[in-house]
Amino acid sequence: MKTTITAFLAGLIFGLGLLLSNMANPEKVLGFLDLAGDWDPSLALVMVGAIAAALPAFQLVKSRGQSFWRMPLRLPNNIQIDRPLVIGSLLFGVGWGLAGFCPGPAIVATGAGQEKALVFTLAMLAGMGIFQFGARSVLPARD
Amino acid sequence: MTIDWAAFTPATAFAGGALIGLASALLMAFNGRIAGISGIVGGILEGPASGIGWRLAFIVGLLIAPMIWQLFSAMPSIEIESSFPTLVAAGLLVGIGTRYGSGCTSGHGVCGLSRLSPRSLIATILFMATGFITVFVVRHLFAG
Repeated sequence: MKTTITAFLAGLIFGLGLLLSNMANPEKVLGFLDLAGDWDPSLALVMVGAIAAALPAFQLVKSRGQSFWRMPLRLPNNIQIDRPLVIGSLLFGVGWGLAGFCPGPAIVATGAGQEKALVFTLAMLAGMGIFQFGARSVLPARD
Repeated sequence: MTIDWAAFTPATAFAGGALIGLASALLMAFNGRIAGISGIVGGILEGPASGIGWRLAFIVGLLIAPMIWQLFSAMPSIEIESSFPTLVAAGLLVGIGTRYGSGCTSGHGVCGLSRLSPRSLIATILFMATGFITVFVVRHLFAG
């Protein structure tokens, strides 16, 4: 139960951060990705703010070795720069540049009642399903 | 490149980013989990082994954030110019790409860089690069 509550609060604060920074607005994100147009550097400062908060916290938690709820830290242990990482990230960037949505903002904008965000989110879930149940057997293995 | 100073919102960008970082820190500190949205959502499809409840709770938090926001302030504008076919194509690419590449802007961009992960640095450089290229092609090569 308590892990559910902290996960909920983390999701809520994450969503409020996306709204405050206006990153749930695809036009704002595309303003950053449009280097050749009138460039809006805001997204870079969102990253700086997020890393400034998370980096010291991660170091502290890592040195503790377990979470406050005495749960193991589930950190990725793959350190290879492999083909799935490269191909997947390249594909993700194309989709991100097409609509200006990545997963978090799309879900928040869906919560704000945006019909088009819901369409994107459903297509994204379908894409995740295709990966999970179809493409996995075709694409080179991940991990 | 010309900087659009009128659109640039450094204070709210940094403060909003700090909230995103705080949320990521909380999820790691209490649940021992990376706050990667594509991983949290996609993990549900992997079945109950890695937990479903906390994943759904995080997603519900994201979904109701706009309602909580509106208790205190007017909603910021959300402008979605893309056509429905573009949204579907983009959504499919984001869904497949983030799962195959093991992360998105949050998992690699925020959490991965905060963990000083070389894999996440490469991922972030690559998805930013194709993001820049895609917008250049759509807005400047095709739009004319």
